[in-house]
Amino acid sequence: MYRYLASRLAGMLAVLAIVAVIVFVLTRAASGDPISVLLGDQATAEDIARVQKDYGLDKPLPVQFAYWVREVLQGNLGQSIFLQRPVTQALWERAEPTTLLALMAVGLAALIGIPCGIVSAVYRGRAVDQVFTGVAMLGASIPSFWFGIVLIQLFAVSLGWFPASGYGAPGAPLAERLHALVLPASVLGILNSALIIRFTRASMLDVLGEDYVRTARSKGLPESSVVLKHALRNALVPIVTVLGLTVALMIGGAVVTETVFGLPGVGNLVVNAVLRRDYPVIQGALLVIAAIYVLINFSIDLLYVAVDPRVKL
Amino acid sequence: MHRRIVMVSAVVLFVIAVLALGAPWFASADPNDTAVLDRLKPPSSAHLMGTDELGRDMYARIVHGARYSLAIAALTALGSVLAGTVLGLVAGFFRRLDAPLMRVVDAMMSFPDILLAIALVAILGPTLLNVVLALVLVYTPRVARVVRASTLVVRELLFVEAVRALGVRTSRILWRHILPNLLSPIMVQGSFIFAYAILAEAGLSFLGVGVPPEIPTWGTMVAGSQQYADRAFWVVLFPGLAIIFTALSLQLLGDGVRDLLDPKLKKTL
Repeated sequence: MYRYLASRLAGMLAVLAIVAVIVFVLTRAASGDPISVLLGDQATAEDIARVQKDYGLDKPLPVQFAYWVREVLQGNLGQSIFLQRPVTQALWERAEPTTLLALMAVGLAALIGIPCGIVSAVYRGRAVDQVFTGVAMLGASIPSFWFGIVLIQLFAVSLGWFPASGYGAPGAPLAERLHALVLPASVLGILNSALIIRFTRASMLDVLGEDYVRTARSKGLPESSVVLKHALRNALVPIVTVLGLTVALMIGGAVVTETVFGLPGVGNLVVNAVLRRDYPVIQGALLVIAAIYVLINFSIDLLYVAVDPRVKL
Repeated sequence: MHRRIVMVSAVVLFVIAVLALGAPWFASADPNDTAVLDRLKPPSSAHLMGTDELGRDMYARIVHGARYSLAIAALTALGSVLAGTVLGLVAGFFRRLDAPLMRVVDAMMSFPDILLAIALVAILGPTLLNVVLALVLVYTPRVARVVRASTLVVRELLFVEAVRALGVRTSRILWRHILPNLLSPIMVQGSFIFAYAILAEAGLSFLGVGVPPEIPTWGTMVAGSQQYADRAFWVVLFPGLAIIFTALSLQLLGDGVRDLLDPKLKKTL
């Protein structure tokens, strides 16, 4: 088991290192020069050289990379060129709406997706299965911004139940902020439930074919107990994995929905940074977002070891 | 049932493709002709799907936009299938290259698709070709992972051992003996990526970091007109439906083809 853990840890560190290289290369390969953007057209060559030196941009690339990694390991992601504050602070300010949005959305997706997936698997091939499978396919075909606009028109503009955009006034109570997240979380939750339906169905079908399920049936247990107690418990393991990874992917991946609803989230921060060529922010945000995904992925692997005795090799 | 779904989605896609290819014949109005007096007109016999905020004919724009949206998505699917297949074959067949290549694939897949695409387009510059290139880079790891997994299975089959024992060159084993057995998962991936790419391109355009706004794709149409959605629902409704219909048909087709080609999978997926 320790050997398994060690190999997983080594793999994770390798992935993190490659992520760092990708992020560094991406932001350095950028065609637009952040210094000239920052200084404007009137900057002289000396001005540019001076600022380049300030930011360490006059050194060879591997040296810059080493500097950068050393700073990152000390928790310093650099200074945003436009926001005039550390990138870590900018990210931290955006963390709350994005995290709450991701948790609400994945909760809703699980609430819809798991029951529908179970029903689909139990009644495989029947009408209800075909309807759910079709709906799941439909959910994966709807653009999130379009669905967001439709929900805004219905529930914000026409009915006025929820705000059309924003995240409450600054310093608004938690209830108001959560209220503002209902529509965006519905968009992401409903669309992502498609994935959860398909996953739950596939996972349940796998488990329902196993011998121990037949045993449970043959000893006369009621079908509901066989499905919900015996089968679902094992089927849940891969489903929980998907749910965890979906939360991770929504940190930054919810950028379109955040934009439609004017939420000051992490994805929104990155898009604005891209539009302004604020490279320290792009670099820092991409690194943190990918690192969160890798770490959540790794924690799920650890959970497997804790939960599933078969993994203890 | 599956056969019928595959048929229907294939027909839908065929119709969309024909409309796109023959856009000038099927939509006589110029998609870029502005008519300020006719702005935001509801659907009528003159304008089947109404007009947008500049008085441009929505139907003409959707039919002409299909050319760009479909071309971007098709090139993306083609590019990522080609690159991903090569990567996956190499990683799956040559054990020594497997771990390093797959760690790179893992690293690429740690970024949310749309965010990686945004960053790549920002770096490459917002042109049509660069959007395709960015999306190819985003989806290649996905294909590589599937192809690698299938290669690992096929590689161990008896007939591969047999051709190896016969002394067949490695390149020939890969090309003539392993690749043909991977065609079904590759085709399924291709059709899914085609669908995802349509959605991704629309998302990028919506955020203002995709193709230049003057090119009428389904994404730029929604992005440009969304602020008029409360007064003129059709400016958002019809491009959205075009996206949904196309993406749905592609996924149904991919799913149906998988079931038809591989009866073993029918049970689980």
